[in-house]
Amino acid sequence: MNDSTLRIVWIYPDLLSTYGDRGNMLILAHRAAARGIPVETYEVRSDMQMPTSADIYLIGGGEDGPQALAAQRLITDGGLHRAVNQGASVLAICAGYQLFGHSFFAKGTKCAGLGLLDIFSDRGETRAVGELRGDIDPRLGLPPLTGFENHGGRTHLGQHAAPLARVTGGIGNDGQTEGAWAGKVIGTYSHGPALARNPAIADLLLRWSTGADRLAPLDDSWPERLRGERLAAATPA
Amino acid sequence: MPLRAIVATTASKTAAALSRAAGRGDGSVIGGWIGLKIDPDLLTHLASGRAVALVSGTNGKTTTTRLTAAAVGVLGRVATNSFGANMPSGHTSALAKEGHTPFAVLEVDEHYLPQVIEATRPKVVALLNLSRDQLDRAKEVAMMAQLWKTTLASHPDIRVVANADDPLVVWSAAASTQVTWFSAGQRWHDDSFVCPESGHPIERANGDWWCSGCPLRRPRPQWVVEEDGVIDPRGDWHLVKLQLPGKVNLGNAATALAVAGEFGVRPIEALPRLSRVSSIAGRYAQVDRDGRNIRLLLAKNPASWLEAFDMADQAPTLLSINARDPDGLDTSWLWDVDFAPLRDRPVLITGDRAFDLAVRLQVNQVPFRHVNSFDEALASVPPGRLEVIANYTAFQDIRAVLDRVN
Repeated sequence: MNDSTLRIVWIYPDLLSTYGDRGNMLILAHRAAARGIPVETYEVRSDMQMPTSADIYLIGGGEDGPQALAAQRLITDGGLHRAVNQGASVLAICAGYQLFGHSFFAKGTKCAGLGLLDIFSDRGETRAVGELRGDIDPRLGLPPLTGFENHGGRTHLGQHAAPLARVTGGIGNDGQTEGAWAGKVIGTYSHGPALARNPAIADLLLRWSTGADRLAPLDDSWPERLRGERLAAATPA
Repeated sequence: MPLRAIVATTASKTAAALSRAAGRGDGSVIGGWIGLKIDPDLLTHLASGRAVALVSGTNGKTTTTRLTAAAVGVLGRVATNSFGANMPSGHTSALAKEGHTPFAVLEVDEHYLPQVIEATRPKVVALLNLSRDQLDRAKEVAMMAQLWKTTLASHPDIRVVANADDPLVVWSAAASTQVTWFSAGQRWHDDSFVCPESGHPIERANGDWWCSGCPLRRPRPQWVVEEDGVIDPRGDWHLVKLQLPGKVNLGNAATALAVAGEFGVRPIEALPRLSRVSSIAGRYAQVDRDGRNIRLLLAKNPASWLEAFDMADQAPTLLSINARDPDGLDTSWLWDVDFAPLRDRPVLITGDRAFDLAVRLQVNQVPFRHVNSFDEALASVPPGRLEVIANYTAFQDIRAVLDRVN
């Protein structure tokens, strides 16, 4: 392993990998390799110690039981806190997004989260299922968000987290905002392989973790066709 | 049968016949739907007096049901929902259409198993496997296992035939007192890394598995697939000759023999009938058109895609993906499938959600070409075999182009 190698950790795939969460790791590795950036990926199971020196950490969606277990183990382990405090980038999806906050509900019980995002989550009256669309915070300079959401949670942001996007279709956090970001941590309800439809977010994570101002463009004609189709499919909020 | 049930049965059959005559479908759902509107207890009335087997699980239900119906057919006439219409309306249609039969073998959607057990009072329930499938509306996998467990615990009289290789199935059947275990293998482990009882990791070695934190472990199976045959509970090995491809179908045949065994059918009687099954509602069907030999494979979720790659020949392959209601609206499962086995053959893609597949294949480094229709795909491959792998409604679309091949 040399120092120019980009190291990507997928957190607890044994607990949090409900649907296609592996995709985000594959997409980041693919887009890094296409730019000639050496990349290594690590699947860190919940019975392993969390490395603190990786560049990008990915955490996915899951059922209530595994979500609560993952939060407990990450708090006990402490490695992810150190990595984030040292400036690692994070993409947290769905259940993984919720557990990055101060608290969340699993199986009807309020659970302590990691407190790495200034958010807390509770339960909505209805489950949010369907296409999700939003205009991303202009400070990030990214095109609109498109995703598929499937969650029962509602998430409330504190002062130290900004919404990732303003909802233009679907529910997201509460029907108004979707996801959150602070520093180099991004959380979203776009579940599963969110980066498949949002290659610009993948490149943002790569820029954050390599320090590059810009990356060589890739042929994104297939992701662009997919984006066009899915953005049109979302029902206006 | 009560008068209301008789009226409902007649209306059900008429509607099914009209649906078929109008070319609107198999008639396997609409008839039952109308019958149940007239008499909500119709399924109970129709099932009474028959020895019923139910077959449920995420994958292999339709094929195993067909093979089981063939095997039980040794003993007498069998009513079955052979078009894969696996909810109560489909069961009602199937039983109404066949009239009185001594036996029924019904494929049951895993969500409806408790309800259909209540309605049909089965002699045997076969539990095949549980894995992720259409999570945008389906219950999460662990909740499904819990639903089964609770249901079976309240019906200790039912004989259960269950897959010893799937920890979730073993856990959900554990409360039953009369279980016959079969071993048909488990290709997909991603939904059973963690013990459903204790939350500890499941360890695996040489086909065995056990929980690292509680007593849950693989039970010793009475029916086992061995090479190209099946070992029965007496320890006798039987060669299994099938027209259906792949190791997966050998496992399905073992399951069918185990279920039929609960009715007293011996493997030696059932095997010739299993070998005559050539396709199931279009699945595995081969159609010759314009010099191409088209073979249809259905794959609905990550586990069944792995199975389809195992069955497919190294030949030009068309993949078709939709995300309509019966498929689930969510395509994220595409990222749980490793398409690398297709790198050594020409790949064409089509379907409503071909762009999702295109992005997946690009990252997977599988070269492909997008086509707008099945006919375009057919025209762009050389004479010879064309493998078609499609998910549920995409499969039905292609089947319709091929004149509803069975």
